[in-house]
Amino acid sequence: MMKRTAIAVVAAGAALAMGLTACGSSKTPSSNSSGGTNATAVYNAAIGKVFAPSTKKGGTLRLANSGDFDSLDPADTYYGYSWDFIRLYGRSLVMFAPKPGGDGVNLVPDLAQSLGQASADAKTWTYKLKPGLKFEDGSPITSKDVKYGVERSLDKDTFVNGPTYFNDFLDLQGYTSPYKDSSADKLGLKAIDTPDDQTIVFHLAKPFGGFDYFAMLPATIPVPQKADTGIKYKEHVVSSGPYMFQTNNLGKDFTLVRNPNWNASTDPNRAALPDKITVQLNVNADDIDNRLLAGDLDVAIEGTGLGTAAQGKVLADQNLKAHTDLASLARTWFAVINSDVAPLDNIDCRKAIEYGVDHEGYQRAYGGAVGGDIATSLLPPQIPGYQKNDVYNFAAKPNGDVDMAKQELQKCGKPDGFSINVSYRAERPKEKATAESMQQSLARVGIKLTLNAYPQGDYAKLYAGKPDFAKANNLGIMIYGWGADWPDGFGFLQQIVDSRVIRAAGGNTNLGIRDKTVDGLVDQAMAESDTSKRNQLWGQVDKAVMDTAMALPGVWSKVLLYRPDTVNNVYVNDGLGGYYDYAWMGVKQ
Amino acid sequence: MSKFLEVNDLHIHFATDDGLVRAVDGLTFGLERGRTLGIVGESGSGKSVTSLGILGLHRGRSARVSGEIWLDGEELIGAPRDAVRKLRGRKMAMIFQDPLAAMHPFYSVGNQIVEAYRVHNSVSKREARRHAIDMLGRVGIPQPQRRVDDYPHQFSGGMRQRAMIAMALVNNPELLIADEPTTALDVTVQAQILDLIRDLQAEFGSAVIIITHDLGVVAELADDLLVMYGGKSVEYGSAEQVFRRPEHPYTWGLLGSMPRLDRDVRDRLISIKGSPPSLINLPSGCAFHPRCPYAERDGIPCRTVVPELLGDGHRVACHLPSPVRARTFAEDIAPHL
Amino acid sequence: MIRYIIRRLLAAVILLFVVSVVVFGIFFYVPRLAGATPDDLASRYEGKTAGAAQTHELAVKLGFTDPFYEQYGRFAKSIVAGADYSTGPTTEHCPAPCFGYSFITHNPVWPDLLDRLPVTISLAIGGALIWLLAGVGTGVLSALRKGSVFDRSAMGVALAGVSLPIFFTGLLSLSIFSYTLHWTAPGSSYTPFTENPATWAYDLILPWITLAFLYAAGYARLTRAGMLETMGEDYIRTARAKGLPERMVVAKHALRSTLTPILTIFGLDLGLLLGGAVLTESTYSLPGIGKYAVDAITNNDLPKVLGVTMVGAFFIIVANLIVDLLYAVVDPRVRLS
Repeated sequence: MMKRTAIAVVAAGAALAMGLTACGSSKTPSSNSSGGTNATAVYNAAIGKVFAPSTKKGGTLRLANSGDFDSLDPADTYYGYSWDFIRLYGRSLVMFAPKPGGDGVNLVPDLAQSLGQASADAKTWTYKLKPGLKFEDGSPITSKDVKYGVERSLDKDTFVNGPTYFNDFLDLQGYTSPYKDSSADKLGLKAIDTPDDQTIVFHLAKPFGGFDYFAMLPATIPVPQKADTGIKYKEHVVSSGPYMFQTNNLGKDFTLVRNPNWNASTDPNRAALPDKITVQLNVNADDIDNRLLAGDLDVAIEGTGLGTAAQGKVLADQNLKAHTDLASLARTWFAVINSDVAPLDNIDCRKAIEYGVDHEGYQRAYGGAVGGDIATSLLPPQIPGYQKNDVYNFAAKPNGDVDMAKQELQKCGKPDGFSINVSYRAERPKEKATAESMQQSLARVGIKLTLNAYPQGDYAKLYAGKPDFAKANNLGIMIYGWGADWPDGFGFLQQIVDSRVIRAAGGNTNLGIRDKTVDGLVDQAMAESDTSKRNQLWGQVDKAVMDTAMALPGVWSKVLLYRPDTVNNVYVNDGLGGYYDYAWMGVKQ
Repeated sequence: MSKFLEVNDLHIHFATDDGLVRAVDGLTFGLERGRTLGIVGESGSGKSVTSLGILGLHRGRSARVSGEIWLDGEELIGAPRDAVRKLRGRKMAMIFQDPLAAMHPFYSVGNQIVEAYRVHNSVSKREARRHAIDMLGRVGIPQPQRRVDDYPHQFSGGMRQRAMIAMALVNNPELLIADEPTTALDVTVQAQILDLIRDLQAEFGSAVIIITHDLGVVAELADDLLVMYGGKSVEYGSAEQVFRRPEHPYTWGLLGSMPRLDRDVRDRLISIKGSPPSLINLPSGCAFHPRCPYAERDGIPCRTVVPELLGDGHRVACHLPSPVRARTFAEDIAPHL
Repeated sequence: MIRYIIRRLLAAVILLFVVSVVVFGIFFYVPRLAGATPDDLASRYEGKTAGAAQTHELAVKLGFTDPFYEQYGRFAKSIVAGADYSTGPTTEHCPAPCFGYSFITHNPVWPDLLDRLPVTISLAIGGALIWLLAGVGTGVLSALRKGSVFDRSAMGVALAGVSLPIFFTGLLSLSIFSYTLHWTAPGSSYTPFTENPATWAYDLILPWITLAFLYAAGYARLTRAGMLETMGEDYIRTARAKGLPERMVVAKHALRSTLTPILTIFGLDLGLLLGGAVLTESTYSLPGIGKYAVDAITNNDLPKVLGVTMVGAFFIIVANLIVDLLYAVVDPRVRLS
């Protein structure tokens, strides 16, 4: 009797919970709008176009983060959403154009007057700063401040999080950190020249045609040396952007207010509509979703989309769905086919896998169409230089081509199939679902997969990313994923297809793509300064990788973002990687 | 002429999920001031239930009390709860079997005696405390002014029972019920407690009911004796009568002998076979018949008819004709007592 | 008594030491057992494209390449004497007690703990008062009215309360009361008491009630069971036999016995909660030490986890000590030795 009462009570409670929360949000979210265009919400309204464009200033933009920033310090941050948000209080040499759709992946000058001037050998890059730039305290921004910012970012002892592109490409000549700099002005890095206060010149150790992307990095955000407190600088970053820090409660929240010394005429790329911006940290993820839906929050800053609970509710409700945007990320979920593991050293056996896998199954593992589109190659389509290639006919045969797979098995001498292991990251249910789908679909042609789960924290360091381990454990298929640091071929492909980045010690980003043709094309592309030629070369790299049958593409990832009625002037920027442009958004008042 | 305590046809039944428990099923007896009644029987015979019934301590929806209980001319059954409550602890008091369990472990003995006193007398705490110390002295506890602040667990078994007696008698009750007062005590201490009860009774002139399964205890103190079985009284008379010339086969068994008529008289005595009856499913007819060696003898309706408590002064509830009983006792029982 | 307290405090210090060693060990030995090298451990705390040299330098900086006892020794020393850390351009002194710097945020842990402790304390104490009153009150009433409609429905609600997890009731409450009805504050709301007591209470009312609901349910059932058991004790019967009015029987005799174990359990629960009301803080995004610990564990941030564990252990030890002392005060049968 007690048990029945218990079940009844819990069931009633659950029903009550679902009913009430459904009740609470299926009516049109309330928005007190007085002024500003009252555009009607439509699904994907912020993709490819700006939704509710506005020039009206005012209001407070409210963002929330379910975790914390890696750092607010421009030298110490790597999160994609941080690189988006940082533009509110920092300006780098160049930035992505604030345009929806394909135009958004183009770089435009920010602090600089124009994109970089390259030397013929693409090893020297020069930028000239715009006049009239000031920090939040009114002091002028000079090229030396930019140099100092880059110098700081080289110090990986103090700032461990940021990317290492400058470390890898600048001609450092032993320079480690401005904190160990023996010169009086702490500007001892010879790889960067500042002939005058407006000019800055970078000297690279090896040629790199895409250097403008480095100039886009937060490392080039200027830092006034006298305000530099090292690891403590993140407590109050000195602003060069439209907003500056008013409060910063580490681990809890911070508030930005307008920077009176931001010169709007030098900055056409930021709308700077809100008067105030608040960010709450470490907020419960489900609570964030609930608040978005209730209109109590404007932006979920991480840009990872609605959680599963909210997603189900929103997609089922036409009115709520109209407030969502299914944004494409510069991220592909894929698997590596390991040529180290027999019989996958034979390309035909690898091709058998390419033909045998059920691609819709792969997509289903990521939530179906909401998770993304079936990928036919590694490079996501929005990346410039992308050329459609579908070597193994994924599009025409979304459930795989069993006949072709069997043919390939014959060719490689395994007509009855073979057995290998497939690895995935234990904490990722979608990867597990992918492995299971592969297991089922490849069983159709006699390829037997055994599932091996490994902890994600060490996946790349100790397991799939360690060649000896992968080989010894027969990891023939290694499920993985990759997102670009910026949307171009180098940003996306180089780390995962260049065989020269593979380290025997482990910790690899390239799990097993080793091909001389691919490497050769990569070298060409890296040295090419002409943007369109370079992009084309990366497109060729993409196809060459598919020709090796060492990569098994799965899904070009998408994310379901929620756009409450409270925000206007909002669009998804592809340059930033599928986030809303935080420097463009406004609030309805 | 009514006695100080009169119990008439008392029924105490409990409605449980398993059935109706007839704990007391038609009990009648009386008691005068200054006299002691012993109620004897096995566990489950209804002795304690009777005493709690007199005190009006059967609460809850499942208890059904019917019949009459007259205390000094006041009818207790059906009286307002508060009226009965005012009599408890003042006019009638009870001492219990296990004094360690029956006293609150967190309050000092003095505190509990003071409480008993102040609930019926509006006096200051100091006054009540004096009274408590005085009472402790009267029950024979040495250095009462020191021991009054001790906790129950700090007393030895005998001293603790004395303290409980002090608590019961602090308001000079006219009726004292002692439920197995010595069962939890050592034999040497038992005698002391019984002496104490007798002395206090002499001093206060109270009526005393002693409930016990131990006939030795009853032999010491009781003026009258009531033997209970299966919720009913089976024999009732003065102690002398019942001890000298017991008439009920159960009493014979209790008194330590139950010879079989078809056996040699010199054989060893045996105890009453079987176990006490279930109060939910009482045997038909005489509740004792399954265990009685004389059941159905000469066609007496032991199995079908409930025997009534009959007699003058010394009453028995048995179908055996009186002369048969007397002869059986004289020949088979008495020689072995 | 004093000697007992001193002995317990010494034991507490030893216990805290053991706790810290164990936590340290878990962080350093368990991954080693899985085959991780110091560099592997360090690679968790840096960006994704860090080179091998950088990783190794970080491993040295964080101390992973030193033997276990050296790392622990440094930690112990910093608690007592403080430590110096490089900020890049300068060196900062972290005064004692220094629980080190977070591996992730590179901020000292102790100021974080002090900053967040008031949140957890506010949450715990407010919730505790509510659940104590509601839970115990309901339990007592339920026991006294056993089997009634009130009893059955109260216990039904209590079963729900005990069965429903906080992240369910919490998120649901927020949805209804904060985001739909706008009666209560949204998540992440916390105003320090010193800043504005009224807002402080308003912000916390929903977390208090959610937290209290879970515990009140348990306490109601516990109190009810305890109360029922107590009401069946002999001394309750004695209290009634003395003629005490029922409310005095309940309030003075029954409650005292029932509440004593409840209050000691309460002390332990409160001690545990002060170490971090993890689920409530996570659901409501309150910046207390519970949430701090959860975030730290997710990120493998040892210094933070160590800090919270020590604080939590401290509270639990103190709570245990207080509870033991309290019990000795309340129950005279308990003697500290």
